Amino acid sequence: MGPEAQFKQHLADGKFMILRSASTGAFVFYPRPFIPGTGEDDLEWVEAKGTGTVYSTTVNRRSPEKGGTFNVCLIDLDEGVRMLSRVVGMTPEDVSIGLKVRAKIEELNGEPAVVWEAA
Amino acid sequence: MASDMAHLRGRTACIGAAAWGCGEQPGWSSLEIMGQNARLALADAGLTIADVDGVWAATAVHAMPSMSLAEHLGIVPKYSSGSNIGGSSFMSHVLDAAVHLEAGLIDVALIAYGSNQRTQGGFRSASEPVPFEAQYDVRLPINAYALAAARYMHEFGATREHLAEVAVAARGGAGHNPEAFTRDPITVDDVLGARMISDPLGKLDCCLVTDGGGALVMVRADRAADHAKPVYLLGAGMAHDHRMISEMPDLTTTCAVQAGQRAFAMAGLEPGDMNTVQLYDAFTINTILFLEDLGFCEKGEGKDFVGSGHIAPGGGLPVNTNGGGLSCVHPGMYGLFVLIEAIRQCRGAAPGLQIPDATVSLAHGNGGVLSSQVTTIWGTADAL
Repeated sequence: MGPEAQFKQHLADGKFMILRSASTGAFVFYPRPFIPGTGEDDLEWVEAKGTGTVYSTTVNRRSPEKGGTFNVCLIDLDEGVRMLSRVVGMTPEDVSIGLKVRAKIEELNGEPAVVWEAA
Repeated sequence: MASDMAHLRGRTACIGAAAWGCGEQPGWSSLEIMGQNARLALADAGLTIADVDGVWAATAVHAMPSMSLAEHLGIVPKYSSGSNIGGSSFMSHVLDAAVHLEAGLIDVALIAYGSNQRTQGGFRSASEPVPFEAQYDVRLPINAYALAAARYMHEFGATREHLAEVAVAARGGAGHNPEAFTRDPITVDDVLGARMISDPLGKLDCCLVTDGGGALVMVRADRAADHAKPVYLLGAGMAHDHRMISEMPDLTTTCAVQAGQRAFAMAGLEPGDMNTVQLYDAFTINTILFLEDLGFCEKGEGKDFVGSGHIAPGGGLPVNTNGGGLSCVHPGMYGLFVLIEAIRQCRGAAPGLQIPDATVSLAHGNGGVLSSQVTTIWGTADAL
């Protein structure tokens, strides 16, 4: 099983795991079999701290018939990597750059996903 | 092998161009629109289909577009490529064509595009669902550009009014251009009042959805000299550092920095030498980022640079003189039309606003989600 499938398996098991280089301690996201830029493959899964900051944010103005507005954002994890995700539990328009957020696992489109809420 | 490609400067030229079927072309297929443009560009060059031995094409709907086009035209090319790096594909095709011409692998390069997306149901992305992003219902490309715009506003104190100035200036150019799809003047308030789509980008911050096609013909400079108005490729450079917006290192700085530096170095020119500047403006934030990244102003200053009519008709820097993707034409991939306007300006043959005595024009392409950046610089014989 490759890193993408392993990441999803961890999520299904209720864990938000990311990859870390055993030699340098650098984190890698999105998950892949080696460190981008160098190709070193001494990666191990560690549980993410689950804390981060909103780097940028937008609101998709989807019509109410199609499910209504929702947030799309980029989160800088405290480990120093970035992911695209969604802030939930608040009005999409109120999500602001710099907001401190905390991760949780929620089902999205039929599969578990990492989403974030205000810390 | 040195990476310096300065020896390519002025060694190839565009001798034919066409932009046909722009706006609405109901009942025509994308391939038919592309084929018509190929034929018209060749006629403009004083050549025929049978002269072509190198073919480049990229579309959002063909898996193997250069083969579809060559078959449609009835030719057997020595070399063809359907390389697709998004809307800047055509600038990369120009660089490919220059290399292949200069190496003697081919004698006549054809670069073409065609799309019927407007009359066939609207915008259609060629992209696969991107891993680690698609699950969040991310709407691409607009969410990615909105994220960049929001970050730019946060870092540099820009407002939606600054973005709106870009749309107003583009529409100003379109107002002069009978080929432009939307020509009625707009104001900053019109842009701010338009329906919000992905904050902070409203409908008038977004490019058009039109039909349209285009084609270019390139040959070596020795052959181009026989032509009435050859426009020489003086410089070209490219770079990309991500495919997905979550992998873009800094959302306020694009690889247009590296692409521009490479193109200017090849041309031996600087931003201040450009008589016109044609930029891929899929969204209003693009124009600001590219003016900064290509060196026309400092990072963070673009928001003010685009104001007070500076990039509008009659302003200090002629930018997107045709009206751009925002107001002239945007049939899914706009890169070829950026090239065509730059080349037409150098020929003195712009359909709308013609900048007097334009001898050097820049055409910058963008692809994906601010991903691939390819800069080209074109000039007349006087600029050689």
